[in-house]
Amino acid sequence: MSLTREIGFVLNGVRTRATVPVAMSALDMLREVVGLTGTKYACGEGECGACTIVVDGRSLCSCLLFAVDCDGRELTTIEGAERDPLGARLEQAFVDCGAVQCGFCTPGMVMQAQHWLQAHPGASRDAILRAIEGNLCRCTGYVKIVDAIERVAREAP
Amino acid sequence: MSVEHYWAPRTLDEALGHLAGGDVTILAGGTDLMPQKNAGRVRLGRGLLNLSRVDALRGVAVEKGCLRIGALATITELLAHAAVREHADVLAQACDRFASDQLRNAATIGGNVCNASPAGDTLVPLLVLDAEVELASRPNGSVATRTLPLAAFLTGPGRTARAPHELLVALRVPLRRAPAVGRFFKFGTRPALDISTISIGFAASRDGGTLRDVRLAYGAVAPVPMRSHAAEAALDGAALTDATIARAAAAAREDVRPIDDVRASAWYRRELVFNMTRRILDDVAHA
Ligand SMILES: Cc1cc2nc3c(=O)[nH]c(=O)nc-3n(C[C@H](O)[C@H](O)[C@H](O)COP(=O)(O)OP(=O)(O)OC[C@H]3O[C@@H](n4cnc5c(N)ncnc54)[C@H](O)[C@@H]3O)c2cc1C
Ligand code: FES
Ligand code: FES
Repeated sequence: MSLTREIGFVLNGVRTRATVPVAMSALDMLREVVGLTGTKYACGEGECGACTIVVDGRSLCSCLLFAVDCDGRELTTIEGAERDPLGARLEQAFVDCGAVQCGFCTPGMVMQAQHWLQAHPGASRDAILRAIEGNLCRCTGYVKIVDAIERVAREAP
Repeated sequence: MSVEHYWAPRTLDEALGHLAGGDVTILAGGTDLMPQKNAGRVRLGRGLLNLSRVDALRGVAVEKGCLRIGALATITELLAHAAVREHADVLAQACDRFASDQLRNAATIGGNVCNASPAGDTLVPLLVLDAEVELASRPNGSVATRTLPLAAFLTGPGRTARAPHELLVALRVPLRRAPAVGRFFKFGTRPALDISTISIGFAASRDGGTLRDVRLAYGAVAPVPMRSHAAEAALDGAALTDATIARAAAAAREDVRPIDDVRASAWYRRELVFNMTRRILDDVAHA
């Protein structure tokens, strides 16, 4: 039997408790223990950004984060993105710009863009390209994704 | 054997106490540990010690003639810190080329140093900056610290001089008086999320047209990141002419000990060392 720990954190504004094996990733916890499957598993090793979530204001790859380390922290996943006006505007912009094809990269893209624009309001197109350099998309060719993020960066909040 | 204990202490004292028990795996950002565990390359010990709540390991400060960087400082924090730009620009440049934003937000400098990859991107600038590592332990109740040069700390690929009961607490970069030039160069197949095929760090102070206190280090060309003392000697006190630059680049190419691997052949790495050293020095000469 592997050692487990009961931890408590705030997930998308809701106080949550979970019992997790100490070596489990935060991504597995979200998908398999908590049951929120918006955060995607793709590479499982930090290369693709599909699993991006925001923890205490920092965007991270949840596949690299130990679930036990979430104890006492505040987590935002794609399911909670629209609670913030910026997240809601990003989601709408992805729809309006046609930035979604299969959609597998979208949750990670939106979370990373939200984190970045929060810290860098009005970011330039070049800065946006750098911001999502850890997010891979196999479908769109990126142009429409960058268009969507740039549109939100240009709009007055 | 699986993990029997998990600790997430808040003080250094507690952390060192847990470490003294033996067979403990240290966790910082987890960006090396998680994939290494998943791939079966690392076995977790009897205890798992999460450092991330130990505030004493955070922070960047200028104190006692050096820039002191806490082991838990993330790459993002280093990038944002004015004192790092001012006193360790070559390190700031390397941080800018590190992985991706998500990785930079999680990855700590202590983890990068203790992981001791030949391609670890903070190691090359830290060697150039003559950095020292500060280690702490609690052998019999009271905290003991020791300091050693980074060059002596790195003993092989993935290996360091850290004893199992020791924690890396901070890195110290001595401050220099003279205005300095610094350059970091990383060669990979794409700009982001790439392990260095080779990397080069350069720093020196300028004295009119000549360079003094020259430091040149190379990553991913030997079992541990290394300085090229022969190339440094070729540059020290000399005017940066084409001939000097060519001599220094050739000396560096002789000094490195690369291997063939998936990223490049040893021959290609040597050619990169020669050509990119020349490019960096040309750039400095014309800056
Ligand atoms: C997708 C991806 C891209 C990457 N890109 C780069 C890159 O561009 N450049 C680069 O250099 N690296 C890169 N890395 C490697 C990794 O992100 C870095 O080495 C990082 O700095 C490790 O820090 P961490 O805090 O995540 O360490 P952890 O994974 O938490 O720990 C790493 C090792 O150090 C030990 N350790 C950590 N802190 C201490 C301490 N204070 N005292 C003693 N031991 C300690 C741990 O036990 C472990 O063995 C990449 C990794 C991934 C997954
Ligand atoms: S699944 Fe985490 S980065 Fe790819
Ligand atoms: S839309 Fe399919 S991976 Fe991006």
